[in-house]
Order: sequence, then C-alpha cells, then structure tokens
Amino acid sequence: MSGTYLGMPSFPTAAAASTRDMRLRGNLRHATHTIRAKREQAVAELGDWQELRAAGAALKERTLRHLDHYLEQLEDAVTAAGGHVHWAQDAAEANRIVTDLVLRTGESEVVKVKSMATQEIGLNDALARAGISAHETDLAELIVQLGDDLPSHILVPAIHRNRDEIRDIFRSKMGDRGRAAPKNLSDDPRELAEAARLHLREKFLNAKVGVSGANFMVAETGTLVVVESEGNGRMCLTLPETLISVVGIEKVVPTWQDLEVFLQTLPRSSTAERMNPYTSTWTGTTDEDGPSDFHLVLLDNGRTDALADTVGRQALRCIRCSACLNVCPVYERAGGHAYGSAYPGPIGAILTPQLRGVGSELDASLPYASSLCGACYEVCPVAIDIPEVLVHLRERVVEGGTVSVRGRRTTVKPAKGHAAERAAMRAARWTFEHPRALRAGMRMASHARRLTPRRLPLPGAGRAWSDSRDLPRPAPESFRDWWRRTRGPDAGSADSGKAEVRERGERRDGGAR
Amino acid sequence: MSSRDIVLGRIRRALTDVPREETPENSPVPRDYWDTHARRSDAQRLDLLAENLADYRALVHRCPPSGLPALIAELLAARGARSVVAPPGIPADWLPDEIERVADDPSMPPRELDALDSVLTGCAVAVAETGTIVLDAGADQGRRRISLVPDHHICVVRAPEQIVDSVPQALARLDPSRPQTWISGPSATSDIELDRVEGVHGPRTLEVVLVSAADEG
Repeated sequence: MSGTYLGMPSFPTAAAASTRDMRLRGNLRHATHTIRAKREQAVAELGDWQELRAAGAALKERTLRHLDHYLEQLEDAVTAAGGHVHWAQDAAEANRIVTDLVLRTGESEVVKVKSMATQEIGLNDALARAGISAHETDLAELIVQLGDDLPSHILVPAIHRNRDEIRDIFRSKMGDRGRAAPKNLSDDPRELAEAARLHLREKFLNAKVGVSGANFMVAETGTLVVVESEGNGRMCLTLPETLISVVGIEKVVPTWQDLEVFLQTLPRSSTAERMNPYTSTWTGTTDEDGPSDFHLVLLDNGRTDALADTVGRQALRCIRCSACLNVCPVYERAGGHAYGSAYPGPIGAILTPQLRGVGSELDASLPYASSLCGACYEVCPVAIDIPEVLVHLRERVVEGGTVSVRGRRTTVKPAKGHAAERAAMRAARWTFEHPRALRAGMRMASHARRLTPRRLPLPGAGRAWSDSRDLPRPAPESFRDWWRRTRGPDAGSADSGKAEVRERGERRDGGAR
Repeated sequence: MSSRDIVLGRIRRALTDVPREETPENSPVPRDYWDTHARRSDAQRLDLLAENLADYRALVHRCPPSGLPALIAELLAARGARSVVAPPGIPADWLPDEIERVADDPSMPPRELDALDSVLTGCAVAVAETGTIVLDAGADQGRRRISLVPDHHICVVRAPEQIVDSVPQALARLDPSRPQTWISGPSATSDIELDRVEGVHGPRTLEVVLVSAADEG
C-alpha cells in the first residue's frame, strides 16, 4: 500500500484480497464492535435523539437548497472578520491556492490537522512537489503517514493497524521525520501516545503555518469549528502565524444557534462521547491571539455535481461522524482501503461515485459495495438514506443517463462491464415472453444436469458475479414438464391450471406442517 | 470568469428544482428537540457537572470562595509546580507568594510557554450535561494557547452562575466573535484500537475547581 488512491482496483478485487487478511479482519472487528456498543449508550442518554436527528437533516437540507446564499453570507462574514476567502473549482485549483499561500510565507514546513478535504484532494503530495513538508499531527494520521499508508476510516484512519504494528512503525520510522521513538518503546497505547506527543511537540512549537479543514462553518457569523480529541488541532489552529483552512462548500450551516444540534449529535455518533475533549471556534483573526493571517479555501471538487442530483444530494448532509462505517457488515469485512478513496464505508460508496463520477471501474463498483441492509441509515445522525442513494447510483451505472459533470449537464453511457448485465436481462425478458423457447431451454438444462459445473466461469466482466455464486443445480425435470406429465397435455390451459393450484393450496394449508 | 462565479453558477444550476418562492428562512426546520434533558436545581446541576467532568478524567475539586487560594496552593504544591501562567483577570490573592506568576504575554515564544509548569484560568460557561468548560479568551481566561501548551491546567468555575444544563443553553450565552475552546476532560485519543487514552497534546492533567458559596460552612 503506498500513499495514493490512483489506479486502485475495483471494490470486489480489492475486497477479495482484504477479506482474506485475517489480521485486518481481527483489528476491524475488534474496533468496530467496541465503538458500536459505546455509541448506542451515548445516544440512548438523549431522549430527544430522533428530534435532533430530524433537525440536523432539515438544517443541512435548508443549507443545501440555498447554498449560494449561505456561501456568499459566509464569505462576507469571514472577510469582515479579517480572513481571506478563496474559491476552488477542483482539487488541482485548491492545491495550487494552498501551495502558493505557503510559498508566500517563505516556509517549507506546515503542520496539519486531520482533514478529510485535504486527503480527498491529495494536498500533501501537491505540497511535496513544491518542496513543502506537511506533517500530519493527528495520532492516527501520523501512523498512516509514517507507515507510507492510506487512511482506512474517517475517524480512526489507522483502524487497520493494531498496537504492535503501530509500535513497529514508530520505532522504525519516527526518526526519519524528526524526534525518534525511544528504543525500548512498548505496544502500550499510553507509551505510543507519549512517543507521538514528544515527536510532534517539536513540530508544534516551531510551526509557522498550519493547515486544517473544518467540521462546520457558520454563515451568519463567519465562524469556523474544529472538533477534535488530542489537542493537535488546537496546536495547529493557535500557534502558527498563518492558518489555511480547506473546507468543502457543503460544510456551511446557517446560524451559530444551529451548532446546538450538531455539537450534540456529532460527538455521540462519532467517538461515542457526550462531548469530544476539544472544540475550537474562531472567526477571522483575533489580535494577538492565534494566527494573524487566515485563509479559507472553499472547495467544490464535484460537490456541485452531487448537489444537482435530487436523490444523491442528501449525501452532502454528511457530518463525517463515521457511525455508518462502524455498523456496516461490508466495511467490517472488506476494510477501508477497498473503497479506494478518502471516504470509505457506506458514505464513501455514495459520495465517491458522485464526486468523481462512475467513469472508472472502481467508482462504478462502489454502489454495489453494500448488502442494502440499511443499518447505515438507522445510525446516521442526519438521516441520509444511504440505501436509497445506492440503488439510485446502481441504476446510473447500469443504465447511464443525464448527470452534472463539472457543472454541465452531460449524458453518460452505462458503465463498462455492465453491458453483460443489461444483455442478460434483455435475453431473460425475451425468453420469458416466449414459452416454447423457455421450455426447450429448461429441458436441455435437465438433460445436461450431470455436466453442469458448480460454478459458472463467465468470461470478462461477468466473472466477478459468477465467481462468488454457486450455480443452482437444475432439477431433474422442469416444473412445466412435471405438470404436463402428471396433469396431461391440456392442463397447461389457463383456467384448469388455476383451479388445480387453488385446490392443492387449500389441501396443503389444512394439513399438518 | 472567476472560480467564485463558476462555483456559484454551478450551484444555481444544480438547484433548479428548488421553487422560486422558497427562501432560506421558509425552508422548514423542526426544532422540537429539548432545551435541557432534565429540570435541575442549582445543586443538582453542580453535581452533574462534577460527575461528568470526573467521568472523562478531569480531577474535580469543590470549595467555598474563601477556601479557593488555599486549595489552589495545595494543588500546585502537590505537583511541585513553581511557575504558573495566569491571565490578568485572575486575582492576585489566588496564587501563593512562593509561586512565580507569569503574565499572558503574546510576545512569549511557544517554547518558553512550554517550560512553565501550570496554567490557572477561569471560564466563560460550563455545561453540566456534557461535562464541558468553555473558555472564550475573557480577562480571566487569556489567549487560547496558554491553556494548551502547559501540561497542567487548573480551571475555576463559579457556581451556580457559570453553569448551564445543556449545549443549547451554552451556545446562547456565548459570543461567536470571540475565539472559543470547549474542553471536556484532558486531551485524549481513541486512535489505537479505539481504546481511549487520556493525555496527548493538550494538558494531560485538567483540574476543575467548582467554587460555590453553598459549600461555605
């Protein structure tokens, strides 16, 4: 695993490997089950949870339906408070803006708060190309960065690593980027956290530029909010002279009061706490308290395309709590890397194909990375109907249709590889409409019964489907043939057939089971 | 066309399904969630705050106003602290004479701040239901970094006037134009196997002193 999502295989291919990784399976199972139980408790403490959930969904919906209004209001408020607002159409533009801002400070190092948006746009690589080192300061992001690895969970990016793997990474890699880990470092989480504290403190105390995302942006006041646990966020948000925040346009909420909903639902859904240890809020710049230079980069990068889809739009309500990952049977077994983007799990399966389109094999496979069990919808604190969007996106993959691509209405063709599925469905339809052909086909299958393999090794795209399914064994005699044999040739006529069935049905209901 | 215009244009084209007459204000939001999760007396609210703070591993102490200087002296002595950063709003008689009181000076390099033993602050408001104290850079709280870099934080909460029941009540009291830090227990991480470990980058020891005239006895 190297630090890029480019060229990753489709979900089933990646999952075929990851589901056989017993250590990964064990780590994921332990972690997701731990947090699941705790979350239930934290949510049960609030008697008005459903009301909070409904309010959160409605607030996000209000924001999305008037997003232009709220973004302009936000821009005015941030600017009035001494901040600078930049707009980025896509990842490349956002990376360029941030890189230029850092270069202008003359610094070659930045400290980073964990941020999904900067992971999504590949900011660290872009900065590295300009000769700037970005230091991740969240403990899990540090583990991922030192291990030259990719995050696999929204909240706990190193969830796929257990404590002895983390100890090994710290021992072998920490010294390359700064203060080395003690030689006798054990796998006790307390010692590991202490090693990270000492390693990162050096970075914080020298940092001149901080880069962050934000959990919320308040349109009314221009206030940004970062919710965290470790204090690395506070360090990055207050010690540097320059702060650059890269935030998706959907993260805006209308008013300061609206935070009363999300500051109750986010911590409980995410880390299963009544409240996370630290929440920082700031509005522009404050004299002699925190950075004197503040830049907000508003990121589109496909969000407006998701916004244009009236079914898919709800994915933009997401507050990145990761509760859907922790309850998902597919995520628990496949792991986060198989989803091939910064957004794994059920939310990733609906967000990624909307942000990036369904053009690649990987992105077209994501809406299928689900059993549609609906557990994700049940736990979602903003009531995103993930199964509904999954089914909607599957339709897009198979049928194509009109979508928004970079803001333009575009007709997309069905995704490659699903031609066989469409052809099979058409053939089935023809056969069912032609009883004589159906009968002949069934008879042939029965006669060839002994020759039928347990699995059907379909070529090409159909293989993913046939590889994971046993072929049903054909019956020695088709139902139609049995009917003709036992009821005579005339039994096939509609009227007599119905009467027979009714009579048999009654007899069966009356009998003992 | 600027990127700003392009993104705003994309948004407007994406929202053609929103009826023209629908305004941001008349887009419905049901607010039938609760303002508080229980009705409490001042004493019950204070007890709940103490309980929730302790649940997240803050060390909680209670005293009457007259006992505050002695308690602070005791807490500092127990840690062997010699230097304490204290913002200007902290009364002089709260700190014992033998402790070096360091001012909240914006020109002090972070490294010097790191060398100090403790920080003493007040707070803007405390939330009983979540065990949270909120600092908003008021005169007795100082700049955000002073309650972050030293490893030991003593925070004084005045009961009952600074304690509210819930998050909605806290937000209503706070001014968003001031930089805020909401603190619920010492810094923590769940990044290793989702097990909570207290004490990462922020102060590893958080001591909250609940000062209440009702405790005068």
